[in-house]
This record gives sequence, C-alpha cells and structure tokens, in this order.
Amino acid sequence: LEKKKFKSSMIERKKEVLANLESLGIKTYDQLDSGNFPAITMPSRSTENIFYDPQLRQFILGDRSVRRSARNIRHVKPFTQLIWAAMFSKELSSQRKTSTLRDVYYSAQAYEMSFQDQQESNNIVTDLETILGFSREDFNIFPEERSAVFGDLTIEYTVPGYEGRTLNLTSHPDGVLIGPALTSSEFVKTTADKVIAIEKGGLFTRFIEENVHKKFNSILVLTAGQAPRATRHFIRRLNAELNLPVYVFTDGDPWGMHIAMVIISGSANAAHLRELNTPDAKWSGVWATDIVNYKLPTDPLDEIDMKRLNELERDPRYKDPLWRREIKTFMKIKRKAEQEAFSRYGLTYIVDEYLPAKLEETK
Amino acid sequence: VAQVTFEEISASDFFYRNRDIAGFTNPSRAIFAAIRELVENSLDAAESLKIPPEIYVRLSFEGEASKETQIYKLRVEDNGSGIHPRHIPSAFGQVLFGSKYKLKQQRGTFGLGGKMAILYGQITTHQPATVTSSVGGMAKIYDFRLMIDIQRNRPIIVDRKILMNKEQWRGTIVEFCLEGDYLRAMPKIVDYFKQTAMVNPYANLTFVDPKGRLYKFTRVTGEMPEPPKETLPHPYGVDVELLQRLIQLTPYRNMLEFLRNHFHRVGEITAQKFLIFSGLVTASCPEHGALSSDQMNWVEGRPTCSRCGKEAKLSSSKNPKRLSHEEIVKLMHNLKKFREFLPPDAGCLSPLGEELLTAGIQKELNPEFVAVHQRRPATYAGHPFIVEVGIAYGGEVPSKGSFLTYRFANRIPLLYDEASDVSVKVINDMNWRRYKVSPDMPIAILVHVCSTKVPYKTVGKEFIADRPEVRREVANGLREVARQIQHFMTRIEHVDREKKRMGVFSKYLPKIAQFSTSLAGKQRPPDIEKLLKSVHKIGEEEV
Repeated sequence: LEKKKFKSSMIERKKEVLANLESLGIKTYDQLDSGNFPAITMPSRSTENIFYDPQLRQFILGDRSVRRSARNIRHVKPFTQLIWAAMFSKELSSQRKTSTLRDVYYSAQAYEMSFQDQQESNNIVTDLETILGFSREDFNIFPEERSAVFGDLTIEYTVPGYEGRTLNLTSHPDGVLIGPALTSSEFVKTTADKVIAIEKGGLFTRFIEENVHKKFNSILVLTAGQAPRATRHFIRRLNAELNLPVYVFTDGDPWGMHIAMVIISGSANAAHLRELNTPDAKWSGVWATDIVNYKLPTDPLDEIDMKRLNELERDPRYKDPLWRREIKTFMKIKRKAEQEAFSRYGLTYIVDEYLPAKLEETK
Repeated sequence: VAQVTFEEISASDFFYRNRDIAGFTNPSRAIFAAIRELVENSLDAAESLKIPPEIYVRLSFEGEASKETQIYKLRVEDNGSGIHPRHIPSAFGQVLFGSKYKLKQQRGTFGLGGKMAILYGQITTHQPATVTSSVGGMAKIYDFRLMIDIQRNRPIIVDRKILMNKEQWRGTIVEFCLEGDYLRAMPKIVDYFKQTAMVNPYANLTFVDPKGRLYKFTRVTGEMPEPPKETLPHPYGVDVELLQRLIQLTPYRNMLEFLRNHFHRVGEITAQKFLIFSGLVTASCPEHGALSSDQMNWVEGRPTCSRCGKEAKLSSSKNPKRLSHEEIVKLMHNLKKFREFLPPDAGCLSPLGEELLTAGIQKELNPEFVAVHQRRPATYAGHPFIVEVGIAYGGEVPSKGSFLTYRFANRIPLLYDEASDVSVKVINDMNWRRYKVSPDMPIAILVHVCSTKVPYKTVGKEFIADRPEVRREVANGLREVARQIQHFMTRIEHVDREKKRMGVFSKYLPKIAQFSTSLAGKQRPPDIEKLLKSVHKIGEEEV
C-alpha cells in the first residue's frame, strides 16, 4: 500500500463531530435527569449579530446569544427537533451513511415530529451547525447541488465499501462529482501545483479538452454557479492540506465576482461556521478591466445587476483596491461579459492567451 | 276604444287571485304555508286555555298531480279550545272572519292563514275539507265537510255529522287535500317544527311525513308564559278609520269619557291635558283670562293658573259624534303629537321569558353555552313590543361559516327572506370580533320580537321591517348576550390554552428524553416524572 503523503484530516474531524454530538446529548440528559428543563445557549444568527472579521477574512457571529429552553412553550418543540436532529446526525455518522436536507425533513415523520415545512427543518439543521460549530456536511447531511473536480490528484475513499480504495481524479473525462464520498476522502498524492476553479460547466469541459490540467499543472474545480459548501470546503482543503494556490475564473459580472468572493471570504449565511472559505484564493477573471482590455463582446448591465453592484460596493468584503477598482469599472462601462465571450478570438484563445496571462497577473 | 268594466270581488276571490301575498307562491311554499298556518292556529287554541299544546300533524301521499307536484292529505289535530259548532263553517269557510281582530299578541293577525290553506286545497284538488271539533265539557263532537264559495266568500256545508263525545275529547282536527311539492319543502318544514319546538318548549309536536318518517318534539316543561291580555288601542297608533269606527260605536257623549274609555293608558288628567293641548277644551283663569296648556299647572288633579294659582275653569268638551271629518283628521294628528301619553303597557304582550327561552334552546340545540336576555317593553308608533334574544355555542349547533340565525315573531319561526330581516341586518352590522366570536364558530343567534302588531314587511309574514325602534332594541339585546358569550369565550380560550400547553409539554418532554438518551449513548432514559408534574403545577396556578 502506498504511503500517504499528506496529513489526514477527515478521520479526526469525524471523531470530533461525534464527540460534540454526544456531549450535547449528555448535557441534555443530565439536565433532565436532575429534574431541570434542558436549555441550550448558542450565538444569535440575526443580522445584527453578523460581523465581518478582517483578520479571519470572513463573516463571524458577534457576542449576542439566544437561549433555547424546553421550559418555554414556544421553544419546547424546536428544542425537541434539535435534539432529534442531533440524534439523527449521530446515527448517520456512526452508520457512515449520508443524507440530504430533504431526507431530514421526511425522516422526522417516523418519530411523530413532523416539520411544518422544509424551511423549518433546514433552520433546525442550521441551529445544530451553530451549536456544534461544524457544517452539516460534517454530520453527513448534504445539499442536492453537486459540482465536480478534474486533475491529477489521487484520493483514498473512507466511505463504507470503498475504504482504502484510491482514485485518480483524471480517470473520468467529465470530472468526478464532489459528493459525500469525495468530500470525506483523504488526499494521497498530487503533481499539481495550483487549483483553478471555474464557474461554468462549458468552460470546465473545454479546459479538460485543452489539457489545461497538464499545460498548467492544475486541478480543475467546477463550482457550477455559486459553489456549494462541500465544494468550498473541498477547495479549502486543496489549499490548506496540499498547499496549492487557488485561482477563480467566473463570468465578468457582479454575480460572477461574488461567486469568487464567497469562495474567498465565505457568506453571511455561514457566519456560524469556519473552514468553508479560502482566504488566499484569487479572483483571476473575468474582470471589468478585462472586458475593456480584451475588447470582449458584452451585454448591458440591467437594473438588477446595478442594484447588486451597489450592494457589493457597501459590502465590507469588497474593500481591497482590486475589488474597488473592478466595481468602479463595472459601474463606468455598464457592461458585462461571459467567460465564453473569448470565443470571438477562436475557441482556444482563452487557454492559449488569456489564462496564462491572468494566472501570471494574479500570482 | 277599450271597454272598461268594473266589478266587485269578494275577499276570498281577492285572495284566490292574489294568493302569493299570503305565502302560497308555489307548490313547495304552499305546502309549508298550509302546515304552518294550521299549526299556529292550534298553538293559539291551546294557549288561550293555558293548556300545554299537544299537536299531531300528518302529511300523507294521495297521488301524482303533475310531473313535479303531488296530491297530499294534510291532517292537523290539537287539544286546543275547540270551536263552537255555530262558528265552524265561517271560521274555516269564510275569509277574513275570525277571532283575531283584537289587540293582543297573537300568532296570526289576519285571520287568513287557515282559510287560505283550505282555499288553496280546494282550488288545487277540488275536494271538501273536514273539520272536527269539540269545545270543553260538551257531550258532542261536530264534524263538518266544507267548501268555500269563492265568489261569494261564503262557506258551503257539504255534510255535517254529530258524534257522541264519550271520552270528553276537546280540540280541533282539520283535514284536507292539497297539491304540493313535499320533497322540495321538506327541509323548511322540518326546520319549522324544530324552531317552533324551540320557542314552545311546553308543547308536544309530532309530525309524520309522507314517507312515514316520524319527527317528535317533546316538551321539557309544563310552564307556559302568561297569556296576553286584550288591550285598547294606544293613542299614538290610531288612524282616521279607527277613530271613525270608535266614534260610531261609542256610548259616551263627551270627549273626556270617549278618550278615557277607548284608549290605552289614558286617564282623566291625561285626557284633560290632551283636550286643552288640542284646543277641544278651553281653560280660563278668573283673573288672567284664557290659558294655554303651558300657562297651567295641575295641582292634585285640578287645573290651576300658573301665575296666580287659582283654579282654572274648563269648558265642557264636545260630543264626539258631532266631530266633523276635518276635526277627526286633526284629532288624529294631535293624538300623535301630544307628548304626555304614557307609553303602552306590555300586559298585552306575552313574551316567552328568559327561563323558557333557555329551556327551548337547550332542548333543541343542546349547546355548551347559552345566554338569553329579555329587553324591557318598548314601543313603535303606539304599538308595544318586547325583544328577546339568545345566543348558543357548541353542542348540536353546526359550524357552517356563518352564524345560524333563528328569527321569531310572536313565537312563529320566520324561515324565508332572512337577508331582509332587521335582526339579520343588526347581526351583520355588529363587530363580533370584539366579543371574541367569529362566524366560523358553531354559534346560533335567536331573536324573538313579540308585539300586538309585529312590523312585518309583507302579508306572507316572513321578515320584520327595519324600524329604528325595533332595530335599537334588537341591537341592545344582542350586545347584552354578546357580552355574556365573550366571558364564556375568554374562559374556554384560557382552558384551551392550558390544555394545549400541557399537551405540548407532555408530548415533547418524553421525546427529548428519548432522543437525548440515544444521543448520549445511555441505556436508561432520564427520570422526567418530576418535570412533567411541575408543568402541571404551573398550569394549575395559572388556571
């Protein structure tokens, strides 16, 4: 068996999650057993309690907290749901099974604890994330959205039935799905020296066809729009465990810009979680200035685009000079361009000319 | 040029041609109206003797009449006063002949209903009606077969039998055939019996329908309301026609006696004051000459001059029979203008009373909560009236998205034209949310208006007109019962809240125990008995 090149993180992490879940159980159990109403205190996730931490370069929750007590008639049901969700997660983890948010919603019905709607059950899962400080993927609850990865990285599965099996992520020309199995795998070895994250599936395929992974010695990640949390965490691991710089390519519009920003600085919705972002990742394009410099075919920015730009301008994550310059340029030119716009110079132009230039520029 | 001919028609001919106004609009309405009119006559006949009514109604199928209508035989038996054999032909065979043209509260007012039913039966089936009756203490029962000569408004006696009354039976049985549509009328008829039972809780009502189904409404009390006393007309309620008739009849030769003896609540002083007010009598002071009514005082029943205190001299009053037509008209206007007549007294009314109303509602609706209220007597246009209201919640009251409304006038259920009725308007205008009541709750509201002259809008007697005096009384009555139901609602809300609270804790605490046991990896569930008990204790304190 080949010796692992990198420090294992996944197994440790799983152990920690299980221990946290169990301690929540013990705490509740003890409170009940001593004749008290069980209660939990957790940080508040209301918007007034979400702050941007420039040091961590992500959103964090402030000092405000909420107390959920089973003594309160309005809390007793959500409290029960929370303990149930914790128990459900523990069962998933210990049986090494995965599920989705939708599964959670339906599974509760077996315990005569139906959630009113999907939103209610999602909220409870987010509560559990806040209390434990781990994201739901860590307790094996995955979203439906899937993205993909391609490149010379060998991973070793930890999921039941595949334990110890390895896979090289170039083995499938469409890329490998970033699902529960890949998310929980260990990294074995790689020859790549960088990660390129791409917003759109078309371009991801083009890059594979044009051998970008070889030409640029890179691992390609398809975010498929806004990157799912599992993908954000995966990118972070590529960056942290393998020490690879990350470059993000998106469309040249406010939305693409924000896809890159969430990979770099995280989202306000995940302010209660850590290790989902990659602070050192770079947004390599398409910039507003690229639109000008490369004379790309464009569309006008519509009203919603402009509104979004104004919001981003006030966002604390966008205070660095590069971001400010790009926002200003967008506002000035009032145009946007998609990644595919480079095809006007031939299908391979983006790989032959644009990509190397930008990788160099954002190094 | 068209020829115009003029002819006189009899009262029965008039109603024959205009049977719509008496409620015989179509085959389904007709069968309902026929039952209703006869049942009401029977109730009145029993109540006039203060005997708890015992009424048996049978409707039996006789044959098909047309595609949608059938011939039915209607039989109504009662234990009422019975009718003297001399009056039977006219009472049932002559329209506008009857015992009800007097001023007291009665169900019927036109003396029309029973005869209309028989008239309708006759014109649809051309068969005679049978009336069997015996008054109390008589050795004989009289049995008549009658028809109506419509053009002449006269009864035709087809057959007459006299039977021995061995069992000392007393009452009346009416039986005749008529065309109708029972299937369509059925819901209203059953409703009618149910509602009649509600406001006549001292009556036994039995109804056998053409399918042989038996509807039985049993009395829950032997108590009956005081029967109404007959009364004289109140001065505010008279018209020229009535004045002229009284003048024709009166044996009194001066206005003072005339007023005192023919009008309700008019005594000597009131009569004197009115006569001076209207200029029919003049007053003069020996010192100050002629006095108008506001220059006078009444000291111990004697008129005095307000300036010197000396007794005023009154001219003698006129003989009413000498009044000219113009004077009679003026008298009528003055009667309405004079402010010092006492309001009519309600002795001529016979409301149900709060106790009987409650008993009736409980008997027919078996509600969780009931509140009733009887308003003090009031008047409109010289007619006394009393409003009684009730509200019931839960039990057999259905929730149907709007309040169930029961309207009664002189203990008759009003079943048609609900939307036009004054009570319904008042109910709709009330802000029920204030009283914690909403239309989706199982709530029934009952309004009973009794009066010597119920302000119906139509001869069909189906809804009460929107008179401000009546509207005000209904509204005040409803507010009173609404306040009572509000207290009840507050109480059940509280109990409900507590129940729910307890339910929530006893549902979820064991689940928290179960899940946390599994989550903590323990074998034995934690002891939550103490906690559950403390929840109940908290609950009790708050109750």
